[in-house]
Amino acid sequence: MSNNDKLSKEHEKIISPTRQIMEKFKHNKLAMAGFISFGLLLLVIVGAQAYIHLTNYDLANVDISQKYMKPSMQHLFGTDAQGRDLFLRVLAGGWISIQVGLLSTILSIVLGVSIGATAGFFGGKIDTLIMRGTEIVSSFPFLAIAMTISAIFMDLDAQLRLYLIIFILGFLRWTGLARMVRGQILSLREQEFIVATRALGISSFNQITKHLIPNVLTYVIVSGTLTFAGAILTESSLSYLGLSVTEPIPTWGRLISLSAKNAIVMTNYWWTWIFPGLALFILIMSINVIGEGLRDAVDPKSQYVTKEQRIRLKEKRKREKERQKRRKLAKAAM
Amino acid sequence: MENEKQQGKLRTLFDTVFPYIKYIGNRLLHLLPVVIIISIVIFTLIQLMPGDPILAMINPETTANMTEEQRLAYIETMRKVLGYDKPVIVRYFLWWRDVLTGNFGYSVALNKPINEFIGSYIMNSFKVNIVGFIIAFLIAIPIGIKSAVRKNTRYDKIVTVVSMVGISLPSFFMALLLVLLFSAVLRILPFSGMVDPRGVRPEYVYYILPVSVIVLSSLASLIRYIRNAMIEVLKADYIRTSRAKGLSEKVVIYRHAFKNALIPVITIIGFWIPALFGGSIIVEKIFAWPGMGLLMNQAYQFKDRGVLSTVLLFFAVLTLFANLFVDVGYALVDPRIKARRIK
Repeated sequence: MSNNDKLSKEHEKIISPTRQIMEKFKHNKLAMAGFISFGLLLLVIVGAQAYIHLTNYDLANVDISQKYMKPSMQHLFGTDAQGRDLFLRVLAGGWISIQVGLLSTILSIVLGVSIGATAGFFGGKIDTLIMRGTEIVSSFPFLAIAMTISAIFMDLDAQLRLYLIIFILGFLRWTGLARMVRGQILSLREQEFIVATRALGISSFNQITKHLIPNVLTYVIVSGTLTFAGAILTESSLSYLGLSVTEPIPTWGRLISLSAKNAIVMTNYWWTWIFPGLALFILIMSINVIGEGLRDAVDPKSQYVTKEQRIRLKEKRKREKERQKRRKLAKAAM
Repeated sequence: MENEKQQGKLRTLFDTVFPYIKYIGNRLLHLLPVVIIISIVIFTLIQLMPGDPILAMINPETTANMTEEQRLAYIETMRKVLGYDKPVIVRYFLWWRDVLTGNFGYSVALNKPINEFIGSYIMNSFKVNIVGFIIAFLIAIPIGIKSAVRKNTRYDKIVTVVSMVGISLPSFFMALLLVLLFSAVLRILPFSGMVDPRGVRPEYVYYILPVSVIVLSSLASLIRYIRNAMIEVLKADYIRTSRAKGLSEKVVIYRHAFKNALIPVITIIGFWIPALFGGSIIVEKIFAWPGMGLLMNQAYQFKDRGVLSTVLLFFAVLTLFANLFVDVGYALVDPRIKARRIK
């Protein structure tokens, strides 16, 4: 707010809404820091995954003579109770987290958007029925139900359990999104451009997919980012309880719970759980920060400054400082 | 004369209370389909648990000396005694009857009827969660208000960043960091448990770590909610009016703004309490706190169907009560909603 007051109108440049969003996001230092750290983490995780696949590295390879080695150049994060290199195990755990987070978020976005759009578009009885259903799903005790479903299918093989966890997380977390999309579509439905599509005889399906959903997409992306962070957090909680993907595939929650079982291991071999915990924290933090940044950027009410304006502001501040310095010097001289 | 007066008083009392009762009854009726569907989901999940429930119920010692035929016959009779020979739908209704009469079944893992111990577990969960929630709320209110009033200042930005950290830090990692610091390095707090086996440490010492984890993990989001609610309220016209009247800033913020900001906060309390108990599944496991969360973890390990269904029911009932609380709370606090809903 205060920034724009200082600027004269002549520096104002008219740019498209998408550019506006990008400008706002770029100007947000915290969000950019999150974006960069997320990018770096993703790069390292994908790189490690490629390395594991290319060299056929066996994550379950046990070497007792190397057990509980401190972090060193050879083993960046040290080794665990079975002498396995933790650096690669932590990064492999990250691959699981990203997969679960991304796929379950996509699932919940697809469910949430299609259900919310249907309810908002048709209204009336269909709306009431769908929203009652949404209310019921959202009043399930989420973590308890997720734990129970996961415990029922305890004996499945690790790869299948990965899909199961994705399914559980995606299926139980679409309700918030559905409610938001419905609200948006209810208000959009009354606007002229939708009335026009109706007058042109465009089918309901095309009205929804080509005209309504693109208009709510920005909000969906914002809340999708936050869902993504939430899904990773929930997966790590489940795997901490031993209810996510099981051995030999490492997950962050599992790595932490393995060393948290016993006070001696926890205190003396701190690297076995500090590194996965930090990785988890950094990943979730950077996604949350990106989500918050996007939310601010998408908000049409939030102010933004273009590059030219930013440079001018900087110059102005510099001049102000110099003036103050001169004034101080003058005072001192007197 | 006196009698008539009293009757009149009673009648007015009845007239004021009755709409509320009607409203609550209406909401309860509204919740009925939710109750039915959740109960079906819980019952189905329990039925789907792997392993034979009869074999889990039988004490291996009683069948140890039997021949194979005797054992099979024994299992058959047990199946009949426990009602597992009946079709699933009948069993569902029998389960309902048991739940309504307060008979929650038998715990295989603890070898006791569930009714005997469930109360103390529920109490333990409530103690640690409610204490944590109240402390978190008391800390979050002043910080949230201050950061809304000083929106976009350095204070607000620091609070925002710190609460982002709080939201992103998984509660189990936070718990382990606290344990490492206070129990392993400084050695001033116990690792886990609820009572000292030697009877040296006072009981409250055991509350400190679990309660702090609950406080820290809910503090961040609470501050953000209160801040956002306050920011919305501070934009309102009546805040400008009260400032224009010359009221002091303190009165404007606490009497006029905060009171109205509390309305959205009620929703949060409603959704918070089930989430709090859900989150404490992990906290209770880390600190070996004998509450519902720990019970649930044990139930998975031993495939203890009775305990599992009871715990799930507890969580479901908690969620339903939270929904009811939100509805009724809104109607009580917000006169606009009150006028519309309570007639």
